[in-house]
Amino acid sequence: MADRVGLTPEAADLLRRLRDQHGPLMFHQSGGCCDGSAPMCYPDGEFRTGGSDVRLGELDVDGQPVPFWMSESQYEYWKHTHLTVDVVPGRGSGFSLEAPEGVRFLIRSRLLTDAELTELGEL
Amino acid sequence: MTTYAAPGTDGSVVSYESRYDHYIGGEYVPPAKGQYFENPTPITGQTFTEIARGTADDVEKALDAAHGAAPGWGKTAPAERADVLNKIADRMEENLEKLAVAECYENGKAVRETLAADIPLAIDHFRYFAGAIRAQEGSLSEVDDNTIAYHFHEPLGVVGQIIPWNFPILMATWKLAPALAAGNAVVLKPAEQTPASIHLLMSLIGDLIPPGVINVVNGFGVEAGKPLASNKRVRKVAFTGETTTGRLIMQYASENLIPVTLELGGKSPNIFFADVADQQDAFYDKALEGFTMFALNQGEVCTCPSRALIQSTIYDRFMDDVTARTQAIKQGNPLDTETTMGAQASNDQLEKILSYLDIGKQEGAKIRTGGERADLGGDLSGGYYVQPTIFEGDNKMRIFQEEIFGPVVSVTRFEDYADAMKIANDTLYGLGAGVWSRNGTTAYRAGREIQAGRVWVNNYHAYPAHAAFGGYKQSGIGRENHKMMLDHYQQTKNLLVSYSDDPLGFF
Repeated sequence: MADRVGLTPEAADLLRRLRDQHGPLMFHQSGGCCDGSAPMCYPDGEFRTGGSDVRLGELDVDGQPVPFWMSESQYEYWKHTHLTVDVVPGRGSGFSLEAPEGVRFLIRSRLLTDAELTELGEL
Repeated sequence: MTTYAAPGTDGSVVSYESRYDHYIGGEYVPPAKGQYFENPTPITGQTFTEIARGTADDVEKALDAAHGAAPGWGKTAPAERADVLNKIADRMEENLEKLAVAECYENGKAVRETLAADIPLAIDHFRYFAGAIRAQEGSLSEVDDNTIAYHFHEPLGVVGQIIPWNFPILMATWKLAPALAAGNAVVLKPAEQTPASIHLLMSLIGDLIPPGVINVVNGFGVEAGKPLASNKRVRKVAFTGETTTGRLIMQYASENLIPVTLELGGKSPNIFFADVADQQDAFYDKALEGFTMFALNQGEVCTCPSRALIQSTIYDRFMDDVTARTQAIKQGNPLDTETTMGAQASNDQLEKILSYLDIGKQEGAKIRTGGERADLGGDLSGGYYVQPTIFEGDNKMRIFQEEIFGPVVSVTRFEDYADAMKIANDTLYGLGAGVWSRNGTTAYRAGREIQAGRVWVNNYHAYPAHAAFGGYKQSGIGRENHKMMLDHYQQTKNLLVSYSDDPLGFF
């Protein structure tokens, strides 16, 4: 089954650790400068999504979902791509939960295939 | 030609301390939890100092100090505050080389830029707001013969400021100078990527400022930034960064009913109309340089001209010329004054840029030059370097729509004026733009039609104080770099006075 967003095993490990510390989690994809274009990880509900956001999917971490959100306007420019949440050493800014661990979530992208686009439709 | 010795080594003009605590109430205070984090230089990836890892307790302590200082500072005469700002500027000028080398080392940018731009601009910024606060006047309204409304500017009190890592000292100055001029006390959180250079600045200017007026709390966003941004005891939050954190800060501010100013980045178009190539003269040369400004500060500028729009009739020739100009960029040790482009500020920033080079290629954009990580050899192999990169593609591609924050420009062509405006405005953001034309009418019309807060006409990347800077659309709220920023750090007190002795007759 096709999906719009996935995660690497390293990112899944990090999400497990963060969930142990902070409880259920969520992502909101940022845009703009500095640490923009980075996925921000928060305790679920910390960031209030609304009518201007779309939910791209849920990351499955041991059966517990981590919803992945993006603003609707940004999604218009991203909708032809598949996103994979990865993690790299670094020092992210913003209020994302992983920064004190010395690592940073990172989005890797690929084009969705025609078959995937047909299956997924638009949000 | 000079290559500065790394701070702390033999012959260096400046040294960092081996550790920095928080700067609270005019003195250094260890973090409540006793934890520190390492601060590497992007030049080599090696750690050069460690920094207090602040938490909510430290933020509260800094707010205590700020609240202690704010009433007195807010009542000082404008002339006295202006005098402090001027003295800060003078002290920075006396230590310009030290500050420039220190900031280069912490951020990775080329020292030629910190010497010629970052630090001189910061100095001038303090002087500008020293002048602006002296010249500011309240107003009065004569409602009728007996009734006068007086309007006074009063400070907000204690404000929180969250600083980005791309210009650690200049961006701190953009926020500190108007806040202090207006009579506020500040709790400032530097970016965790560049936490030390602001402390070096405080070590030079701390004695000029009453204790508690400037407090610096370091740490990670989630541990120190959030307790500051969501705090009930700040009357305003200023933030430079990106959209998701900007929204989160507005959300916290809504809980406390306080104002925010936000600067959240862009994807700025740099538009070259055909007439720039009418002559091969100094102006044409300036336009080629204007294109190449995408590499200033390694592209780590919110207004990076990261989309270049070039009119079809000159496209091939112009691209040949700007490609040659881009290939002439000299990458090397940022401490060498001959180096024209330095290191990206952090490893995750490097990784993000590489991920965009990847998706750009996948989307079919053509690489004109660059497109890879750069290995500069020796000690620099551990640093974070990217080749200056020119992509050619279509404005719908993600590399045309997202701020890569690296030395990467995405180029497309346009047919006519209407086409140029359509492409330029097809973006979520509206922070900066560039328009290049020998025709004053074309330049004026384009400048007005582009939905951005700053449009450079026949220049780019100039940031003089006295020219308002801020975003349209999703690029933010507020205008820095101009006396109008004083309004964002003040509230209006209206004294409505009756000079009549007669009762109204209602009761």
